[in-house]
Amino acid sequence: MIDEKDKIFTNLYGFRPWNLKEAKKRGDWDNTISLISKGKKFIIDEIKSSGLRGRGGAGFPTGVKWSFMPKKLTGKLHYLVVNADESEPGTCKDRDIIRNEPHKLLEGSIIASAAIGAQACYIYIRGEFVDERKILEAALEEAYSEGLVGKNACKTGLDIDIFIHRGAGAYICGEETALLESLEGKKGLPRLKPPFPATSGLFGCPTTVNNVESIAVVPEILRRGSDWFSSLGRPRNTGTKIFCISGHVNTPCNIEEEMGIPLKTLIEKYAGGVRGGWENLLAVIPGGSSVPLIPKNICDTVLMDFDSLAEVKSGLGTAAVIVMDKSTDLIRAISRISYFYKYESCGQCTPCREGTGWLWEMMEKMAKGSAKKKDIDILLNLTERIEGHTICALGDAAAWPIQGIIRHFRPYIEERIDNYKGDAV
Amino acid sequence: MTQKRLTKDLLKEFRFNEKEIKHINSHIIKYPKGRVQSAVLESLFLAQKKSGGWLPESAIAAVSEILNMPKIRVLEVATFYSMFNLEPCGNFFVQICGTTPCWLRGSDEIKKACKDHIGEERKISNEDISWVEVECLGACVNAPVVQINEEYFEDLDYSSMSEILVKLKKNQPIKKGSQINRQSSEPIQREKND
Repeated sequence: MIDEKDKIFTNLYGFRPWNLKEAKKRGDWDNTISLISKGKKFIIDEIKSSGLRGRGGAGFPTGVKWSFMPKKLTGKLHYLVVNADESEPGTCKDRDIIRNEPHKLLEGSIIASAAIGAQACYIYIRGEFVDERKILEAALEEAYSEGLVGKNACKTGLDIDIFIHRGAGAYICGEETALLESLEGKKGLPRLKPPFPATSGLFGCPTTVNNVESIAVVPEILRRGSDWFSSLGRPRNTGTKIFCISGHVNTPCNIEEEMGIPLKTLIEKYAGGVRGGWENLLAVIPGGSSVPLIPKNICDTVLMDFDSLAEVKSGLGTAAVIVMDKSTDLIRAISRISYFYKYESCGQCTPCREGTGWLWEMMEKMAKGSAKKKDIDILLNLTERIEGHTICALGDAAAWPIQGIIRHFRPYIEERIDNYKGDAV
Repeated sequence: MTQKRLTKDLLKEFRFNEKEIKHINSHIIKYPKGRVQSAVLESLFLAQKKSGGWLPESAIAAVSEILNMPKIRVLEVATFYSMFNLEPCGNFFVQICGTTPCWLRGSDEIKKACKDHIGEERKISNEDISWVEVECLGACVNAPVVQINEEYFEDLDYSSMSEILVKLKKNQPIKKGSQINRQSSEPIQREKND
């Protein structure tokens, strides 16, 4: 359980204003020059040893990602791109950071840019977030006018500009290379890798793409030291994390907690418990719509971090906890997710473009009960033919929720098929 | 994958005025030299606003001209991103999030409220309102959520949604954000707001 003093986002709900004056009172932009002047190597090593893993879903160590950037400038510009295209169903943490703590994000962007030698940083914010973008733009203007961003940013002698780029509604642009394509004014089609963005990213230049939350926690880690951050949570799963708890709970909310908090504690302490009590729980999707669900018996004991959830064949993803009680039509809930992936597939790779549509159609039949029992294995087989056979992870993300429901709720699906009486006339 | 097509027979004259060109240029300068194409999304947003919430073919042509892009490159962007409408929509455009987290908390009821007060999906009502179901709007702990034009309305149910639509029809002001007096995503008990 987290101590109040260990919380990074002290204004997560926006009870205080977001502006620079108030942000400074919360400790933002405090002597940023002293952090940057310790040098690139120091910053990268410090983030590495803090154990910070990317908060956008994949959980790749942030410091290691930064170290992939070329150490010597080759004449090409370096870019930092902040991924604020938050659209994983269940996830709404970046929205709160942007509207209530924008200066944490901006300060983090300047420090991260300095660490990877970037002269420009683009923050790619999803187009639907209009109010949030306006706040971010206003915060950026404040930071420019105080000389924290731009020429000689924070008096470090470094010129670092931050630009805000708005997206236009495409889930796939949350994938880092699709996001770069979109920034270049094209359709958001993920790129083949290699080359990785650190070699050839935005406009063909070395680029690092990080999630909003990963960047926003950087200043605090450097201020308090990597030891502090790594003392929170569990080994390999350190620090604090914003959890988004939605679905059938009494008080859905965002909450910052320590990594590795038991799922049950998280739901009961902050989200007011499952509607109708813990015994009324059916299943939880613990990390955004892309990860497989886990049934109640696993929820009883599982810890909320990358490794614990991987052990039960699910994942932490974006830490978006979607709770479903016993009143839920579970097959329809997953089918709706399948529709989402069908809708959001960019259409570049055949297994995903065609497969996501088939998955949805078969899931609809399962939900109705009009499928045959042997179709369950065909459906499972189909997910395996999509998973791992596409350029990006959207194909995997479409496959996993279905694999999850078949793994844990096969009898539930079969029962519906048994009970199917044909279409009502 | 989704497929969108241009709406035919509705072509009208479309030209950016000086102020708008200035606005587009203010975005072009955010990108390195020769990378004007990066401003295509902003230009399309501007064009969409100017033509009343959707993009006729003439607007797409104007964007291609101003950014010196082949028309097909602009068209493929306009058809790819869901925020660009290629068919007319109401002056008030209600987008209901129907993805699982909102669905679990009753987005079907919100759809019903829209059907009852506006009519069928995508049809523009006499009061110039239309609605569509969209995918995750990214406000899941405040579900169910709708976006009307640029603003979010959160923590809805059938009656609060109906109330919003009634006010919308009468052109009365509506409080945006949470409809249960909740500050952003804080955990509080769901109470009706009066």
